[in-house]
Amino acid sequence: MNGPRFLRAGERGVLVEFSSLTEAMALRAAIERSPIPGVTDATSGARTVLLGFDPAVVERSAVEAAVAALEIVAAPDGGAGAPVEIPVVYDGDDLASTAELLGVSTAELIAAHTGRTWLCAFGGFAPGFGYLASDGWALEVPRLEVPRTRVPAGAVGLAGEFSGVYPRESPGGWRLIGRTGLSMWDPARTPPALLAAGTRVRFVEAARG
Amino acid sequence: MSALEVTRVGLLATVQDQGRSGFLDQGVGHAGAADRGSAALATRLVANAAGAALVETLFGGLAVRSRGATELVVTGAYCPLTVVTAAGRTHRPAMYELIELADGDELQLGAPSAGLRAYLAVRGGIDVPPVLGSRSYDTLSGIGPAPLAAGDVLPIGDETDGDPLVDAVAPPWGVGDTAPGVVLDALRGPREDWFTPDALRVLRTGVFTVTPASDRVGVRLEGPAPLERAIASELPSEPMALGSLQVPASGHPIIFSADHPVTGGYPVIAVLTDASIDRAAQLAPGQSVRFRLH
Repeated sequence: MNGPRFLRAGERGVLVEFSSLTEAMALRAAIERSPIPGVTDATSGARTVLLGFDPAVVERSAVEAAVAALEIVAAPDGGAGAPVEIPVVYDGDDLASTAELLGVSTAELIAAHTGRTWLCAFGGFAPGFGYLASDGWALEVPRLEVPRTRVPAGAVGLAGEFSGVYPRESPGGWRLIGRTGLSMWDPARTPPALLAAGTRVRFVEAARG
Repeated sequence: MSALEVTRVGLLATVQDQGRSGFLDQGVGHAGAADRGSAALATRLVANAAGAALVETLFGGLAVRSRGATELVVTGAYCPLTVVTAAGRTHRPAMYELIELADGDELQLGAPSAGLRAYLAVRGGIDVPPVLGSRSYDTLSGIGPAPLAAGDVLPIGDETDGDPLVDAVAPPWGVGDTAPGVVLDALRGPREDWFTPDALRVLRTGVFTVTPASDRVGVRLEGPAPLERAIASELPSEPMALGSLQVPASGHPIIFSADHPVTGGYPVIAVLTDASIDRAAQLAPGQSVRFRLH
């Protein structure tokens, strides 16, 4: 694995860029194991991790040196812990068209979606929305050309290399393949988000109801 | 126990503090006062603890009536202040100066002559229930205490830290600062290489106008020309820093403010310095800005 690129993101940010999602996720795990003094927060992206630091405590070059010195070991399934099971009724409006686009049957698409462990790579878009990735998921799904103005809460979608569940009603351009009744975001719960960076996920086909 | 009764709100008045940390990975941003310097100064003037909550108002318009004796200060955007006492007498205190209200006195903020956001701090802090560890309202996610409405009664807490040391301070940025060219300092990157040399020239030399679509999520600018991309491919979603100058498909940059999304799919050409992040939070629609790139 090549070393990461360090990009300046303002006076108190280092954007660490990798060539793969797996490496970016591994950096997160490495930093949780060995925190870097003066680094106040870490936020994940698809190829990147943004490290916020306090310039009064640590210099940018020292943050970069500390990251470069970390042993970054990619854990393909994200490590220990039972995965969160998300029951899904596969009746999304885009299920058939997405399967056709990918050159598979709807049954094959459902089997591929349920037959693997997903890992929450990063959050964003809305509270409780996790970008779920899975090693070996070879399907690159284009977003809708015209995003929907209204996607219902619980809609399960695909976009790019990711799958995700809409935590609440919102606009959205992901291709919808199903829906779940699970609450992805509940401020009264600790933690409020069902999925956070590092959470493992299995989708389970549920009966239509 | 003393309290503030909201008698009038302008366009938007929200409770804010230093923001919410620890939830970025669940997709929840930081929020908090948009002009952190002005909020911190108000907090210090009434000798509240640094984490105490205050009210952020957009374009003045707020009025509060004191229940019991209270001590307040207003900083940030330059709003004319009026106190109408319970007996009906009127006087005009200054911004950046301690204001003592007796039971029944009302403090009114007019429309600002400069700046956009004013901060009203009360000694003891606004004591509404925190949500996820903060009293900040996040306009993007809707998390936090709801925006203020006329009739709301804001309890006052006891988050003080010593006693007020001074009665007034000199305003930290120009009174009547309506100069057409506010200059913001920005550090190039992280994605300057996604843009053409010409785009960087436009950013360095152009005059940008603040559009009315600006809010606590972002200050939307319109430049003399779109900032052209050198790399046209889609950027894999990446985390966004506060103060990022994100350039969407239109080529006209957005300054990411307090309630900005945690991640984004458009490249960031530069990030404002801390001081300029605060200054940007005071930019009103129609104002002109230029950038000094470092």
